[in-house]
Amino acid sequence: MSEAIKAMPKHERMKLPRQEMPVQDPTARGRNYDEVALGFEDETALLEALRCLQCKRPQCVEGCPVGVDIPRFIERVVAGDMPGAARSLKADNNLPAICGRVCPQETQCEAVCVMGKKHEPVAIGRLERYVADWDLAHPSPPPDAPSSSGYKVAVIGCGPAGLTCAGDLARYGHQVTIFESLHAPGGVLIYGIPEFRLPKHIVHAEVDYVRSLGVEIRMDTVIGKIYTLDELLNEQGYDAVFMGTGAGLPMFMHIPGENYNGVYSANEFLTRVNLMKAYLFPDWDTPVKVGKRVAVVGAGNVAMDSARCALRLGADEVHIVYRRSHEEVPARAEEVHHAKEEGIVFDFLTNPIEIYGDEKGWVSGMRCIRMKLGEPDASGRRRPLPIEGSEFDMDMDMVVMALGTRPNPIVFTESGGLERTRWGTVVADEDTGKTTKDRVWAGGDIVTGAATVISAMGAGKRAAADIDRFLHGETVEEGEAEAVAAAG
Amino acid sequence: MYEILAKEDLAPVTKLYDVHAPAVASKAKAGQFVIIRLHEEGERIPLTIADYDRERGTITLVVQEVGKTTMEMGTMQTGDHLASLTGPLGIPSEIENWGTVLCVGGGVGIAPIYPIARDLKEAGNTVISIIGARNKDLLFWEEKMRSISDELIVCTDDGSYGRKALVTIPMKELLESERAIKHIWAIGPAIMMKFCALTTQPFGVPTIVSLNSIMVDGTGMCGACRVEVGGQTRFVCVDGPEFDAHEVDWDQLLARQRIYPDQEKRAVEEWQHDCQCGSN
Repeated sequence: MSEAIKAMPKHERMKLPRQEMPVQDPTARGRNYDEVALGFEDETALLEALRCLQCKRPQCVEGCPVGVDIPRFIERVVAGDMPGAARSLKADNNLPAICGRVCPQETQCEAVCVMGKKHEPVAIGRLERYVADWDLAHPSPPPDAPSSSGYKVAVIGCGPAGLTCAGDLARYGHQVTIFESLHAPGGVLIYGIPEFRLPKHIVHAEVDYVRSLGVEIRMDTVIGKIYTLDELLNEQGYDAVFMGTGAGLPMFMHIPGENYNGVYSANEFLTRVNLMKAYLFPDWDTPVKVGKRVAVVGAGNVAMDSARCALRLGADEVHIVYRRSHEEVPARAEEVHHAKEEGIVFDFLTNPIEIYGDEKGWVSGMRCIRMKLGEPDASGRRRPLPIEGSEFDMDMDMVVMALGTRPNPIVFTESGGLERTRWGTVVADEDTGKTTKDRVWAGGDIVTGAATVISAMGAGKRAAADIDRFLHGETVEEGEAEAVAAAG
Repeated sequence: MYEILAKEDLAPVTKLYDVHAPAVASKAKAGQFVIIRLHEEGERIPLTIADYDRERGTITLVVQEVGKTTMEMGTMQTGDHLASLTGPLGIPSEIENWGTVLCVGGGVGIAPIYPIARDLKEAGNTVISIIGARNKDLLFWEEKMRSISDELIVCTDDGSYGRKALVTIPMKELLESERAIKHIWAIGPAIMMKFCALTTQPFGVPTIVSLNSIMVDGTGMCGACRVEVGGQTRFVCVDGPEFDAHEVDWDQLLARQRIYPDQEKRAVEEWQHDCQCGSN
């Protein structure tokens, strides 16, 4: 890249086209697990970085749930200072290689980018991934450990919220232990999001980075069973607890036939495939049985992931069955686009009402009803209404229910004083994550219900800051800390 | 990593393992289970806790070799380590002083019935126990069961030891007798538990079974273990594993245990093939 291009005036840079992300060929990738989006080359990254106008009051930072200083890291890319770009990015975000891949940028930073008003917004997510991948390929020593505060914090759940909260708390100088119920760290990043969208070596590298900050991760530890919340606070000696256990409980439709073999929750299907690597069976021990004609009910990211996994595992035909229309699809735009390219069939305004099985107890089909959209409901989306007499049957030998998830109640054993909503989510202050229970914070899907990786990370970050304020608040007044410690 | 501190052959394909897991041992209660994984590529399988020793920090697992993972586990020795062990999971047995109780263990189900019978005995119940197996070789823990039972009936299907009968025969006789049995636990293969349920139903005696569904996480996350109980879908891992035997949809449970017969067969074949190649 010549210096002449770098020296381009602003009005010229604005004319540069948004750089396309290179992707694997749709036909080839429909049968492999390699990453779909291949990442920017140096040249395209620089061209894209030049499109950033370095706004004085950047809207994109406001649009980011963790407040990444976007113009600052992009400016370093333009300057050719990749170590500087990486340092800048990681100062704000503990998991940038993940966010660059799975954030819905089109509704966040890129939605408010001023370039988007007359042209296309800057491809912030693609640049974030570019910088984060450069950083993973050029490991640098972790930042110097701060002096120890002497406080111990327990983080429950090793997903995006917990990892972010733990990383920040460690940087503040606190001793942090993450308790994870599964045998591998990462939460939804490891059990939910497939390899082809988020390679697991990226997750491992980001988890290792959090470990390098001094965070201990204990696997196979189900809080609520092996220790309760009260035991962590009162017997295990933790000064504060952050709950980031997500929304792990799958929802079903409660329609007849839902327990036939071949009906999976998306959680089960994706866990078998991603965490347990059923796509490598029998080299790996966990099996999964994928049908020839697969229906995935729902249209969120989890539904797209399920549909695309089924395709890669050999299904002939995969349908997304969704009761609303294309307009209301909650999945990330890129995932819908990729799914369509790969040949996933979308059946909009269609809702299953019964699942049929054969004499062996296996799924054989689905009775559906056509829907139409009525007035907007509480969510602001138009309410889907069944069209009477429009029932029809679909032949299917596998059905995946991707209807959303709720918080898993296991963690609430002996957690007196912790207020919850009627949806089972934890009541927590939006700005701080503080719950109604003394010394307990919460953030991510356990508070909001199923949402995004980045919003969980934002909540983890805000809670870490508030926990830090709380812990230091105790040390300000002499004697108070001892009193609190004695009471604990 | 969780070290195997002791291993014992209980029957030709049934082995006992004492596994070092102090935190789990400190919390384990009768009726609960753990999820284990042998190694990095291993599947997660649920195993009921057959006993625990809080001082030594061990839990006892009794495993019948029925598939690739349990067969491979059978080749592990004292000093080997399990890659993961998660628990104690599920809701513990409801131990109260019911009066006279009946505890029935069939086959490998003798192992999980033991801690329940022991705790019921300690809670002041009169404990009548029945243990049964297809033949003498498959029986184990007779003395252990006798030591915590007021009365023990031993039977085999083929009559090679004890009484020649299915466990449901002495169950029915006891229910017809004057023994005033207030509560029953029956643990064994699903088909045995189904027939135990059918046996006790006419007598209206509450009967608890421990269901052995396919699971992945064991914490309510996947729903693989779901089964209808009393017309409602329940998750065995978090709502059970113990349920009212008279409410379980047995045919659905039996069908859902057979989701992967082809894969199970293939896994065993490939594993046995690899073993033979490896030993040459």
